[in-house]
Amino acid sequence: MTVGRRHVAALLAAGALIVGVAACAAGSSGASASSTAESSAAGADGTAKPTGNITVFAAASLKATFTELAGDFEANNPGTKITLNFAGSSDLVTQITQGAPADVFASADTKNMAKLADAKLVDGTPRNFATNVLEIAVLPTNPASIHSFADLAKPGVKVVVCAPQVPCGAATDTVEKATGTTLAPVSEESSVTDVLGKVTSGEADAGLVYVTDVKTAGDRVKGIPFAESDKAVNTYPIATVGTSKNKDLAQAFIAAVTDSEGKKVLNDAGFGTP
Amino acid sequence: MNRRSGTGYTGIPAWIYAIAAAGALFVLLPLVAMVAKVNWPEFIPLITSDPSLTALGLSLRTSAASTALCILLGVPLALVLARSPFPGQRLLRAFVLLPLVLPPVVGGIALLYTFGRQGLLGRSLELAGIQIAFSTAAVVLAQTFVALPFLVVSLEGALRTAGNKYEAVAATLGARPGTVLRRVTIPLVLPGLASGAVLSFARSLGEFGATLTFAGSLQGVTRTLPLEIYLQRETDADAAVALSLLLVAVAVAVVGLSYRRPGSAAPERAAQ
Repeated sequence: MTVGRRHVAALLAAGALIVGVAACAAGSSGASASSTAESSAAGADGTAKPTGNITVFAAASLKATFTELAGDFEANNPGTKITLNFAGSSDLVTQITQGAPADVFASADTKNMAKLADAKLVDGTPRNFATNVLEIAVLPTNPASIHSFADLAKPGVKVVVCAPQVPCGAATDTVEKATGTTLAPVSEESSVTDVLGKVTSGEADAGLVYVTDVKTAGDRVKGIPFAESDKAVNTYPIATVGTSKNKDLAQAFIAAVTDSEGKKVLNDAGFGTP
Repeated sequence: MNRRSGTGYTGIPAWIYAIAAAGALFVLLPLVAMVAKVNWPEFIPLITSDPSLTALGLSLRTSAASTALCILLGVPLALVLARSPFPGQRLLRAFVLLPLVLPPVVGGIALLYTFGRQGLLGRSLELAGIQIAFSTAAVVLAQTFVALPFLVVSLEGALRTAGNKYEAVAATLGARPGTVLRRVTIPLVLPGLASGAVLSFARSLGEFGATLTFAGSLQGVTRTLPLEIYLQRETDADAAVALSLLLVAVAVAVVGLSYRRPGSAAPERAAQ
């Protein structure tokens, strides 16, 4: 009898654990679902003025600009809240296809946007809103005296690049092929951040990253632009996610990113205009 | 561990089993989910591709080297911590165990500032013509850093459990400390040492954060299996899952095959 009761108690305890975990999971996704479900309402001036909340999934390289743009947008549109999530573009696509609640997706390349479109999760046609090109990042003292792309191929120069599997590495590959310069990198990193880290710590003599990354790094690194970078221009597309519950607000935010104000913020950060 | 199960009494309340089952499920379910995701028709080509095999080979070689380094550095550390009390011993133990709780990335940053080109020792090493950055040696250092506590903890526990009776007797019979260590202490704690070494190997095999931060990622030089998985995930999810399963299989094989031996040997020894 006591054994039986113990069994029951045990099962209850185990069950409670599982239910608890499930409730936590449901709680978080439920909360965001209900918040994004808040529908837009017509504004007092007659034009549709969207309200409510949206979640924007943006490429890691957009962190500074999108944080600023979202802040401006919230200030200009009272009653709206923009939640931002930054990560590598391919990670974001994986998250969205696995059911993460995103309303807007801003990708660092057209390839990952195409992946999301293949999964039938893009609403309408993506709009290209920014471009980015590669730049050489060196320590402010430039210890290996790098002045051109060709200098990176000099023997003894420790250069770090992105792996060809990630957008910045694909761009590096394109520039190498276009210029006929073959680099012998000491490391092929998975992200721009890792490349910059190797340069700022002094491990590497030079790294190939985006112009905007050099700007973000401030005076910790010096950027050396090179003419051949126009062989690999990266285009950033933005689109409403098909499963968004507040497409009006999503469209309004995309409009704010692509209008003249948005362009200014992006250009100040080093992005080009497509 | 109910090895003395002659009477059938286990001494575990029944409800423990239910929670233990939930615990086991918690660990097993993600593995099952991963196995279910594997693209089986492509599995063999995926894991036998050139980058995959290179990464696996590098992982096995570096993990073996780190395990050897862990034994070399860890055995004296465990002996000092287990046997002779001295001021600051507790503090030393806390620091030796630190990599267990430290996020590996933090370990990588710390190693960078030690052995990196601009690091504490790196500059002198570079003058001596030794360059660690972006080399396989950097991978071994990162793995040793995170795996060393596993060996020290296992061995220190074994040393304390074994006690020093036999060593004391050996000493009274005229054996020098070196002889006692070689003929009595080490044979006595060999199972503990073996399990510690296996754990270190397994931890080295899975090392990712410190390697990525400290050593970089280049095929055949520094890109171990976990780094290859991390990179493949960007473009080829099937390859990433297949390689993950390969890593799990290697880890299970290593731990499963060698961990059983000390487990069964220990009670026997305790019964003597």
